[in-house]
Amino acid sequence: MTLPTTATTDLATTLNKQVIDRRRFLQHAILGSAVASSATLSLPIWAEEPEKQITNDPDTFPKNLPEAMRTAGAEFTNYGQPSPHEQHVIRWVSANSAALGTGVSWTPLHELQGTITPNGLHYERHHNGVPKIDPANHILLIDGLVKQPLKFSVKHLLRYPMISRTCFIECGGNSNSGWRNNPIQTKAGYAHGLISNCEWTGIPLKLLLQEAGVKSAAKWVIAEGADGSALNMSIPVEKLMDDAILALYQNGERIRPENGYPMRLVLPGWEGITNIKWLRQLKLTDAPTMSRDETSQYTELMPDGKARQFTFEMDAKSLITSPSLGMTLPDNPGVYQITGLAWSGRGKITKVEVSADGGKTWIDATLQGPILDKAFTRFSLPWHWKGDYAILQSRATDETGYVQPTRAALVESRGKHGFFHYNAIVSWEITEEGDINHVYE
Amino acid sequence: MSTNKLLLILFIIATLAFSTSQANDDLKNSPKLGVAADELSPQPQWNLSIAPDGKGLPAGSGTAAQGAKIFANQCAACHGPEGIGGAAEPLVGEVGSLTDDYPEKTVNSYWPYATTLFDYIRRSMPIQAPFSLSADEVYALSAYILSQDDIIATDAVMNADTLPKVEMPNRDGFISIYQQKP
Repeated sequence: MTLPTTATTDLATTLNKQVIDRRRFLQHAILGSAVASSATLSLPIWAEEPEKQITNDPDTFPKNLPEAMRTAGAEFTNYGQPSPHEQHVIRWVSANSAALGTGVSWTPLHELQGTITPNGLHYERHHNGVPKIDPANHILLIDGLVKQPLKFSVKHLLRYPMISRTCFIECGGNSNSGWRNNPIQTKAGYAHGLISNCEWTGIPLKLLLQEAGVKSAAKWVIAEGADGSALNMSIPVEKLMDDAILALYQNGERIRPENGYPMRLVLPGWEGITNIKWLRQLKLTDAPTMSRDETSQYTELMPDGKARQFTFEMDAKSLITSPSLGMTLPDNPGVYQITGLAWSGRGKITKVEVSADGGKTWIDATLQGPILDKAFTRFSLPWHWKGDYAILQSRATDETGYVQPTRAALVESRGKHGFFHYNAIVSWEITEEGDINHVYE
Repeated sequence: MSTNKLLLILFIIATLAFSTSQANDDLKNSPKLGVAADELSPQPQWNLSIAPDGKGLPAGSGTAAQGAKIFANQCAACHGPEGIGGAAEPLVGEVGSLTDDYPEKTVNSYWPYATTLFDYIRRSMPIQAPFSLSADEVYALSAYILSQDDIIATDAVMNADTLPKVEMPNRDGFISIYQQKP
């Protein structure tokens, strides 16, 4: 049923040929000869474009200019908003109908390009809504197994030396519809967009811990948020002493309320739930507190009845964002840019392969630099679609050598009730009509 | 003392000195604006997390009978009249179902520690008014939920002493994937 992917060399040849043919064709058209001999090409008929009369007549030509060029534009704005033509580019909210602040909103990955998630589109996972916090009344307390418990005001924290780090934050429950028996027919971002990638700026957390003086018995830190669920999670102290950031800025501006204003933890590569928002306390302890969200939730039940716990690192994963479900391929045949995102909680992405035949054959995609540690990496590959049935897939490899698994392999090793940490290859079926469906391969 | 032992001690001292100097380097350019907060540590609005050994549990107590009444008023609307069948997660039943084709992760079938119940109810429930229940009420609700599956006796009193001693059916059901460095 499926056909092999067009080899890149073939594709390059085809493209070059088309460019050369078109150039020749245009030359001939200008010369007004050989039009008939070129008419067999499957290209737009350039010669049929009516020639516009170039005129300097001030009474006629301005009418042909766009309206926007013949009027004064809109006034300045204090805070810019996207074009009204882009109002469909939104987070998709999926909240509990009985508790509207509980649930998630998904980043529309299928509408975005590049690697940075705009602040207004960063995914959300709230356990009891977005708290309204006045930074003047917010403090961070570092307590427990420290030499000196310390409190920090926001005003004081803003005076600390800061670093910036671009990294993804991914909810442990992202893509969890993949565990279902039937493939969900949802746009890419609305099934896999509980992940976003921002530049986070803040204080290396070890600086504050060192100031308080960590006692040698301290092995864990219980981080707690100042929201309506006072969300608490245990984090190994060594992660906080390694690359954790007390983030105050997101993509250059102060963190948005829904992302933890005035401050949040950013733990590069670790599941979203540990990146505590609205951070109010870090308590150093000798053992985890076994909170609800590290026992009852964010643990993965295996077929033998045991559950994986403290699965902090997010496994390597990739996703084709275009073409993807909800789009169609208008030109048949046509050249399409396959593009998507890859990331790993264990380091840099080293390779993304793309298949058009459901994983039988693979071609390396181009990775867009700079390739950052524990951050989105954009990949792309031109694809010459010949109008045949195809199954598009992408497969990521990270610098540890870990390769993104097939769904069958993931289900084989974890069963179907893990709920969290689903990172299998995603398959988009391209029908002969150019429609796109989500399938399991 | 043998030469080897002496070398080992010298090595340890050197390592300690190195790690301390690294920390000092980091701190050298820090404004160090943290304010001593010893007065906050004992206050009830801080250090809210309750450890599996019960550390952090407040005074107070409650029974399943008391809990049943509170549950009907505060919880049943979302969780169902007996902790199951509502819009929110089922809380009770399905003990032993974790290896079934359709396992149910309820408090009583899945949660490894009873202390988590107190910790979570107090900080998160009822969802429109967290921290609104008294310690007695939270102990009573914990007792009510646990008694539904006979994890504790119907007349058992839950308090800071008894709650940490409750043996949850899935106490040993978790494997830590994260390996702490020694």
